[in-house]
Amino acid sequence: MPLLSLQNISRNFGATRAVADVSLDVAQGEFFGLLGPSGCGKTTTLRMIAGLEKPDSGAILFQDKDITDLPPERRGFGMVFQNYALFPHLNVFENVAFGLRARHVPKAETSDRVRSALELVQLPGYEKRAIDELSGGQQQRVAIARAIAIEPVLLLFDEPLSNLDVSLREETRGELRELVTRLGLTAVYVTHDQEEAFALCDRISVMVGGRLMQSGAPRELYEEPSDLAVARFLGRNNLIRAMRLSASKTTDGEFRTLDGGHTLHLTVARDELAPLNKPVVLAIRPEHVRLSSNHADAPNSLRGTIREIVFAGATSTVRVDANGLLLEALVVQPDGLQINQQCAVVLPADKLRLLNHG
Amino acid sequence: MNTDVKRIRGLEQSKIRRVSAAARQWQLVLLFVVTVVVLIYGVIYPNLSVVSASFQRAGSWTLANYKEILSQRVVIESILSSLGLSIGTVVLCALVGVPLAFLFERFTFPGRRLFAGVAALPLVLPPLVGTVAFIFLCGESGILAHGIQNLFGLQNPPWRLSGWPALLLFHTYTMYPFFYVLTGAGLRRIDASLAEAARSLGGSRAFVFLRVLAPQLTPSLIAAALLTFMTSMASFSAPLLFGGNVRVLTLEIFQARQRGDMTMAITETVILAVISLAALTIFQRYEGTRKFAAATMKGAPRRRVTIASGKARALAATAAVVFAIVLVLPVATLILVSFAREGSWTTQTLPSAYTLANFQRIFSDPFAAEVFFNSFSMSVIAAVAALAWSFCVVTLLLKRARGNATFLGNSGRRLLSLLILIPWALPGTVVAVSVAEAYGQPSWLLGSFVLVGTFWILPVIYFLRFMPLVVRALQASMEQVDPSLAEAAGSLGARAWRRFVRVTLPLVWPGAVAGTLLAFVIALGEYVASVLVFVPANRPISIAIASELRDFNLGAAAAYGVVLIVIISVSMLIAGKLERLR
Repeated sequence: MPLLSLQNISRNFGATRAVADVSLDVAQGEFFGLLGPSGCGKTTTLRMIAGLEKPDSGAILFQDKDITDLPPERRGFGMVFQNYALFPHLNVFENVAFGLRARHVPKAETSDRVRSALELVQLPGYEKRAIDELSGGQQQRVAIARAIAIEPVLLLFDEPLSNLDVSLREETRGELRELVTRLGLTAVYVTHDQEEAFALCDRISVMVGGRLMQSGAPRELYEEPSDLAVARFLGRNNLIRAMRLSASKTTDGEFRTLDGGHTLHLTVARDELAPLNKPVVLAIRPEHVRLSSNHADAPNSLRGTIREIVFAGATSTVRVDANGLLLEALVVQPDGLQINQQCAVVLPADKLRLLNHG
Repeated sequence: MNTDVKRIRGLEQSKIRRVSAAARQWQLVLLFVVTVVVLIYGVIYPNLSVVSASFQRAGSWTLANYKEILSQRVVIESILSSLGLSIGTVVLCALVGVPLAFLFERFTFPGRRLFAGVAALPLVLPPLVGTVAFIFLCGESGILAHGIQNLFGLQNPPWRLSGWPALLLFHTYTMYPFFYVLTGAGLRRIDASLAEAARSLGGSRAFVFLRVLAPQLTPSLIAAALLTFMTSMASFSAPLLFGGNVRVLTLEIFQARQRGDMTMAITETVILAVISLAALTIFQRYEGTRKFAAATMKGAPRRRVTIASGKARALAATAAVVFAIVLVLPVATLILVSFAREGSWTTQTLPSAYTLANFQRIFSDPFAAEVFFNSFSMSVIAAVAALAWSFCVVTLLLKRARGNATFLGNSGRRLLSLLILIPWALPGTVVAVSVAEAYGQPSWLLGSFVLVGTFWILPVIYFLRFMPLVVRALQASMEQVDPSLAEAAGSLGARAWRRFVRVTLPLVWPGAVAGTLLAFVIALGEYVASVLVFVPANRPISIAIASELRDFNLGAAAAYGVVLIVIISVSMLIAGKLERLR
């Protein structure tokens, strides 16, 4: 039984479809990510879970109870806002105590719980501070302390790290994950930052244009994007437009690329995904593209010319023109490679993915 | 050779820099002297002389004036009336303005824009014109009273527009926009995610309102209460024309002067000034104790809630239309009466015959032409002088970025701001009486020149009363200009004057002109101070309106009012356009 379940949720703002028919389940104890480009509807989805926004259709179940119409104050979910939404007229203690006072928790217990919440976020002794005396990172911690002080069954995060600078973001990320795990909480985490989602989440749903495109573990999403939109959004990909040839067999697809006219073979799990003579898109990660200076006779080996070598520290990106088909390869040691050099480009069959909606 | 050239260039440049720094210092000294002279002549000396006069009798220092005046029941009553009227006005305006702001800021329904468009109308009516319009609409021989009388065939008018209810009603009509506008602005400024965070933490609607919204709104409410209190304290036209037995301080001062009892007028003026400044201090103490979060758009876009239920929608829409009509009705009445033929409006509900004669009269009559000319020239003089002087003041007031030493320290700037604020905070009556007291006889500041009795007394008073508006507008514009722009111009070799003319001025003129226009239109309809010190040579429009009214030339009085409203509307439109240019 999932802890939280969204069932065919939709939400329109005027004529715009912000969230379209989204269904997802979050299990107890899971750190669940909603990932997508800005404007994809992920924040609206989170706000509907929090009760700040009402779905036009569909249902939200929590522990198998329908909470679609429950007002936010009766859901008991802690939420951390992107801008922290700390009350500027209250000090740190009063901010963290806010939810406890709303629940009429006795005074002594309130101050105990505030103190332990502040200790959890490593801000002990900050009770009397005014909000505007805190740094961005400290404000962020107070926002988290305020959300966990009410001992929520579910924690909701709306891009909580996006206002921090890069080094602080990575540090806080680790602490956040550690904290949630230690308290045994379930979390839904909205972000547009793929790296952040990969680092934090057990499972991720990718949303694009209001629709939920694919859900899965980070590695699974990265290695096996099912859609063009997901492949485009998650990291760099070589997207190759191609046509399936009639010569292909059920498990070994044979494709002709529209640029360059190369013939590629790849393992196709489900034959029906690639209809004959219709353009489709194949994807391969740059790190899976292999380059060799001598002409290899391996399968899926194309002849190309090196056009550009971009040094980026640990790796270098090499751009190759294979008879009009432009490919990127990620190379750890670009020794011996030169611009305008002829080389062989190998696209391993097991790393080539056939995408939906080509 | 090459290095020599470089060294010489370097020397020249450092010389230029030193010269321009010295020149800049001189310019600041000049601006400072101008500012200080104006403040001494306009603010410090008049206020000191009225205070010292109130403590003097027959050339010696004494408390006798206060003892004598505070032992009179009339005076005590007028102090209590002024306070009571102001507090009552604040309460009523809050009760009307705050709920309206919530309704129109938080919800959307048909008719919302209609009301929002006219909500601030009473604020731009000159007080005297508003009072006259109100009499035509609600007075005992006004449209409403006549209408009811004729409808039910009553012998007498159903009510008399007089005393407390009349004053409170009129004050609520004219001053509720302070609460409406400021509460609305406060609501817009509150970050919507604060209320959402509070609710997600388990706060009920009522809890969130009390603990989050109300504290965030408090500064807006205090500012509105302050403005309402001060405006009500200074109110003069309405108590004069339909105050009945309510005798407020402004009226007492006016009547004491009319009787020639200068000592009493002066002492009461000091009392009125002390009450006003005390209110200002008390209210300002509350300001700044609360903290706001600036609205950040991301995460929680604030949307007005659409009222879904049919009944509530209809109710809200009806309320919007009714309130809009109520707001427009006095002005509509004024326009109607301005077209009424003289003598055609006695017992009828509406005037029975219409004509352009009233407008023809005020445009052809040489007396009317003189009155318009007076008001125009005096307001232009005051507004332009205020604009010119504002540039001096604001240059001194501005905080300069990065190291560039400020001419005045922080406390100097605070004192300067305070001195500029005083004429704005004091009722017009106080300003007029203090200037008249200071320059009513040869003084050590003006030598044998006596300002009172000349044309110049009114432009001077208009300047003093309304220059704070221009200073504020200019300061706001200047603060928006990124100081690095002037620095960039400086690095490209532009001297101070060029930087000002080519960089700063093009960026600040819309705001400055908008503020000047505002000061101009307020001066154009000024009555409170004018009535105390005008002379035949500078009779303004407001005095003409009052005298037409006294002679029962209602149509002519209304026509003057309509012309004023037209000028004000046009100026406000231009000012609004300029504000958007900023």
